[in-house]
Order: sequence, then structure tokens, then C-alpha cells
Amino acid sequence: MAKKRGRGMAAVNYPTGMNLGGDPSQALVHATTTGSFIVTLSSVDLGQGLKTVMAQICAETLGVPTENVIIDTADTDTGPHCMGTFASRGTHRIGNAIIMAAKEAKSVMLEVAAEELEVDSGDLQTDGAGNIHVKGSPQKSISVFNTALAAHFKHGKTISGRGIFLQPRSYPEPETGKMTPATCYAHACTVAEVEVDTETGEVRVLSLKSAYEVGRALNPRMVEQQIIGGAWMGLSHALYETTEPYYPDRSHGPVDFNQYLMPGPGDLPEFENVVIERPAADGPYGAKGVGEMTANSPIPAIANAIFDAVGVRVDSLPITPEKVLRGIQALNARAPY
Amino acid sequence: MTKVAVQFTLNDEEQNEFVDSGSTLLAVLRGKLGLYSTKAGCHQGSCGACTVIIDGEPRLSCLTLAQRCTGRMITTIEGLTRDGALHPLQQAFMEGFAAQCGFCTPGMILAAKSLLDRNQSPSRDDVIDAISGNICRCTGYEPIIAAVLAAAEQMRAEMKKSA
Ligand code: FES
Ligand code: FES
Repeated sequence: MAKKRGRGMAAVNYPTGMNLGGDPSQALVHATTTGSFIVTLSSVDLGQGLKTVMAQICAETLGVPTENVIIDTADTDTGPHCMGTFASRGTHRIGNAIIMAAKEAKSVMLEVAAEELEVDSGDLQTDGAGNIHVKGSPQKSISVFNTALAAHFKHGKTISGRGIFLQPRSYPEPETGKMTPATCYAHACTVAEVEVDTETGEVRVLSLKSAYEVGRALNPRMVEQQIIGGAWMGLSHALYETTEPYYPDRSHGPVDFNQYLMPGPGDLPEFENVVIERPAADGPYGAKGVGEMTANSPIPAIANAIFDAVGVRVDSLPITPEKVLRGIQALNARAPY
Repeated sequence: MTKVAVQFTLNDEEQNEFVDSGSTLLAVLRGKLGLYSTKAGCHQGSCGACTVIIDGEPRLSCLTLAQRCTGRMITTIEGLTRDGALHPLQQAFMEGFAAQCGFCTPGMILAAKSLLDRNQSPSRDDVIDAISGNICRCTGYEPIIAAVLAAAEQMRAEMKKSA
């Protein structure tokens, strides 16, 4: 009877988006009379921060402050089409659609500004702080605010743009089954350290250390949030979550937060993360999807660490104390005395 | 349904309401007073999203009858912001990225506040203990624990300055 420690690792390659009937998302961008920009989407922020990152992408493309961008995800009936927020596709697909829409809106904005300043629109640039000026001579400038006013009330123009990103459907080659289901993949590796109590079969995860290659972290603190939240969720899948922990039959299954177990604040391992940035050629400012993969690699890493600690290979989730204990007993029964 | 009169102090303001007898404080806060920051996660005392502070103690408003609140002092998250200035806990949650969907956040902050009100130098375990009745499904808890510890440090520093 002892506590035994083990270490395990696992890696994951995770596709951004999916390949069913094609994978499109659309975005519409328009300026208000006072130069705020509204991005209309049917996509949904699940709490992962989609709205923040989409505002960053739009602002970066237009060259205006992020505070001047409002993301409207109000209505899937009336908004431009989006496949949805899933498959770690939001940042990449919707972000690309916004870049396309914002570029179109920006060109109208610069045309209006050019007329106001009596210069060529090709000579203009935005300063990221709410102004448009002639390249090389910042004193010849007009604010985005005044440009929007002029567009509405003088020039009769809408500063707006349309954007779509479409990942076309890929069909498998009949002979080989070869296809291109996704264009970009994020990568990660997790090392887990566990302690297994050989008397009770209980597993305690001591640390989860991960490295993530995410293209570019558009919002580094939010990427870190995803990674830690995901590692916790992976730990939860690995050791806790099931709808059927009870005996003897299904009607004893968990129906609420008290019975459906997940790790609490007292069950946390030490988390350590490294983010590696290798911008994706087709990503918005190089970004790939990081969301779901964060819950993936911790699971096999924990399973491998348990094997390393006590030699028990559990191949169904969650890895409950009972399964570990039965595994240890089976090993002991086989062992020569 | 029979109506009963309740009278309590909510975020430093006197409240007089006629409520359905048997209605919970949660139902009164959200349904009658329109204070939606107090979240309803389970209605059965297992998630902590509905946590408010009653007479200094963290309480589950879904299990508290409004009638029982007469004469009591109640704080919801709306009561933490003073003249537009965030409470150090709110500030620390924001700076520490301790919220994602935000559903657990008001309850977490109030559970943490009642800890910090009685213990200015909590250990990590004290914090874990204080928030162990509050479920979060997004953050993995780690940023929340770190934010509460950061807020405690900030509050100690402020006290030293004003002392
Ligand atoms: S709503 Fe009160 S504990 Fe869940
Ligand atoms: S931030 Fe979503 S539940 Fe805590």
C-alpha cells in the first residue's frame, strides 16, 4: 500500500473548423454617423471571448481603436450566415470574414476622406487612434468621426463592407480516401504528473504542463484562459465525468450539479503553459483555433501517467478509483509470488 | 397567492416590497427588483451562482425565503461598485482574466468578499474553502483563486496607505 507517482505525455494535432458541406461564415461591417463600426454576425460568443477577439480583428484591419468597434451577434434569423461557434472555427473563419468586410469598408472610408482632404485615397492611412492622414504628412489629416459624418450627410455614401470566408467542401478520392478536411492545424503536447494511491485507487493529478502552437495568439491572456480552463476540463473528463457512476441501474444516474462530478477548486494540479506562435498562412493575422483542443491532450497524458505509476492501462473514461484498483488487483493476481 | 410585506436594506438602500409568500430572495431580486446579476443556476443550492451577502455571511438566495430577510442587510454585486469605482475584487477579476462566460462571477466575487471582510490575509486554502460552494465551468478555478489572492494583497496595501 503506497502512493506511487508517474509521468505521462500526449500530443494532439487539432484541425481548425470542419468539413461537411463546406464551412462558411459571413460578416457585415458598417459605420455609424459618428464613426463607430458595427460588425453584424450570426456567430455566438459562448464566453470564450469571441466578441473581444472579433473587435480586435476589425479594429486592426480598419486601423481604428478597438473601443470604436461594436460586435453585434444578436440574431441568427436576420444576421449574415454563420455555420456556428464550434469546431474551434470562430477566430479563424469569422475572423477572416471580418477582415474581408473591414477591408471593403475601409476603402470607402478612405475614398470619402480623400475627397474631404482633396488628395488621392491611395496616399492615405489610418493611425489606429481615430484619424486618417496622408502618408508621411500627419498634419494633413481628418478624424474618422468627421469622415463618417461627411459620408452620411455630404457624400451620400455608406461606409460598409461584406465579408465571407468559405472553406469549400473536400471530397475524398475514391481509391485512396485522401482528402483535405481542414487547412490549418494547431498542435499541442501535455505532460501530466500523477500520484496513485494503491490502496484506494484514487488518482491525484499533480501537474499539467502543456505547450501549444496556436498560429498567433491574438489575445494572449485569453489564449491562456482557454488553455487552463481546457486543462481543467481534460482532467475532469479523465477522472470524473460520467452520467453513469451509480449502481445498479441507469435511474440512479446523476441529474444535477451535486451528483455529476467535476473537479472543484481544491482538486487543481499545478498548471504551466507555453505558447508557441507560428502564424498560419490562411489565418486572420496568423491565428488558428485553440478552443477545444485544450481539453484533449491532458486526457491521454493522465492515462499514460497512471500506467507509468502503477502499470495499469485503463482504456475507458473516466478513470475511476474502481477501475484503477481492479487493474492493480489483476496485476497482483498475475504476479508470481 | 398571499402577499407578505418584506423590508430589508439592499446595497445600502431601504427596500419595502409586497412579495408572494414563499418566494425566494433570488426570485425577488431578479423578478421584482430587476437585479439580474444575481444568477440562477440550479435553484437547489448546489451551484453558488445565486450567492449574496446577508449580514456579512455568504448565502444562497435560491434557498433563502424573502420573508426571512426582513431587517437584514443584503449585498449583491451591484452594491460593490462605489461611485463608478470597482471593488478591488472586481478589478482583480478583470485584470486576472478570472471570468469567461461570467455566469459564476457575481457569486464568486461575493463569496470571496465575505472571506476578505473577515480575513485580510487568506491563504490559498482559505480561498479554495471560501469558493468551494461555487461552481465554475469555464476558468478551471485557477485564475479565480489568483484574483482573490491579488485583491487581498491590494486591499492590504490600500489599508496600509490610509493608516
Ligand atoms: S441557484 Fe442557488 S445554488 Fe444554484
Ligand atoms: S466563467 Fe463561466 S462559469 Fe465561471
